[in-house]
Amino acid sequence: MNVRFLSLGDTALVVEFGDRVERVLSDRVLTLSTLVLEAKLPGVVETVPTFRSLTVHYDPLVTASASLIDSIGKLLYATTGAAVQMKLWRVPACYAPAHAPDLAEVAERTGLAADEVVRLHSSAVYHIYMMGFVPGFPYMGDVPQSLVLPRRTDPRTRVPAGSIAIATTLTAIYPLESPGGWHLIGSTPVRLFDATLPRPALFSPGDAVKFEPVTVDEFDSIRAAVAAGTYEVPSEARTT
Amino acid sequence: MTQALKVAIPGIHTTVQDAGRPGYQGVGVPVSGPLDRVSFRLANALVGNSPGTPALEMLFQGPALEVLADSVRVALVGCNSNIEVRTDNGRIIPAGQSVRLARGEVFKIGRLEDSVCAYLAIEGGLDVATALGSASTYVRGALGGFNGRALRKGDLLPVARMNAEMRAERVMSRPLDLAHDQPIRVVLGPQADYFTDAAIKTFLTSEYCVSDQADRMGYRLDGPALAHAKGYDIASDGVAAGAIQVPGSGMPIVLMVEAPTTGGYPKIATVISADIPVLGRRRRGQTIHFAAVDAAEAEALRRGQEAFLQQCAREFGIAAN
Repeated sequence: MNVRFLSLGDTALVVEFGDRVERVLSDRVLTLSTLVLEAKLPGVVETVPTFRSLTVHYDPLVTASASLIDSIGKLLYATTGAAVQMKLWRVPACYAPAHAPDLAEVAERTGLAADEVVRLHSSAVYHIYMMGFVPGFPYMGDVPQSLVLPRRTDPRTRVPAGSIAIATTLTAIYPLESPGGWHLIGSTPVRLFDATLPRPALFSPGDAVKFEPVTVDEFDSIRAAVAAGTYEVPSEARTT
Repeated sequence: MTQALKVAIPGIHTTVQDAGRPGYQGVGVPVSGPLDRVSFRLANALVGNSPGTPALEMLFQGPALEVLADSVRVALVGCNSNIEVRTDNGRIIPAGQSVRLARGEVFKIGRLEDSVCAYLAIEGGLDVATALGSASTYVRGALGGFNGRALRKGDLLPVARMNAEMRAERVMSRPLDLAHDQPIRVVLGPQADYFTDAAIKTFLTSEYCVSDQADRMGYRLDGPALAHAKGYDIASDGVAAGAIQVPGSGMPIVLMVEAPTTGGYPKIATVISADIPVLGRRRRGQTIHFAAVDAAEAEALRRGQEAFLQQCAREFGIAAN
């Protein structure tokens, strides 16, 4: 695999493994992220894993790009460490029409029955490649081939928090109300980002998500429990 | 008892900022912090604060504030405007100098002259709750600062100290050079190879100007379009403040302190950290020239800027009464 070090100014360095959305690249990125953080290299502020590259933010008053390239270069071929326990989250998802404004359109465009769209979307286990766009927003994939659609041509200015969406080979959940151009096929009552917690984002890159269909009534009661602080999203150790 | 600054006029977009909120970019939280880190540091130094103390960032136009504490000491840096005290004992204090104000005094910073942004530091700092370890306001995420938003009329902005002790006021020995004629230096990449050689040449030799779409998230520029060599969609990767992304229109957008943490457009170059404050000050319609340096030069320039800031703080004089 051809690894490239790219400059992102004098405060960040990009370690690029490829240019596509691919699980094999993501695994390399996530492993390197863990190794870089474990190495506690002086001046490294934080890492940002993405689909196909790792961004390493650094303080140019403490370290320099050249010495980081040297240190990180050595980590690329490390064979030990980086055994991080990732989680599989079982996220309640309501696909009822009131919670899924684009489901009928997605069914029409894919030539599938709405029930089949729901079955396909909720049967896959999704890998969280990266987080970005807004706090706590997970880019997950890959969606079943028959659900792959381009983004909407008319992006919405307001997508409600909790919306479950698909576009291209990816699926996501909007953690807070924001603009968005993805197809909204469901919603979750789960809170994905809470700045008052020491770990503010529920998910981490490298975790997995499976959507568990719930009825409107179940959605409402989980939402009430979330508001009361008595709900915990079911999770288990991720095995693959 | 309340110890606060009461907002009589909020200004256009006045927010609390500290040194920023690093550590959460991996889960999508931008660093935030001041657009002009240099002026922010100097304003804090003039009132004797440590470098990252929460202060006010003002864009375009400053606020009018009433002192609801026994006394406060404040300093304005980043523009060529004044602090105007409008109540009894009215006076005008130029930028680059600290001043002590007493309970009931109302002071105003009007239009920011010669800069988009400027900073008002308060001795002891603003006493706002931190979010994820920082007092910086991130408006889109409703995080930090004063209730996660820009100031509004009537807000009571808590100050950390009830009283500013009498002492000689500090003044900058020479005014801050706002560097309006200085080229904005960049490191090419990370996706310079997504552009034609002609586009790189155009980028480094042409005149661009700040468009009216410019805010804390990014400055969209107007000027010659930049041609992509292999498309304008990339699988998203990380960005940093200063990254210059070029969407399909060919018009560059310089990402600033409140930009999302990842992006899906190729980045032709990244403004060096020492020059982000210089770009941050540029007004709409003002021209920009870019010049390329390498990462090692950029790091050296940043170290030089840090030395300059420390020297400035050592050389503050005593203001004449």
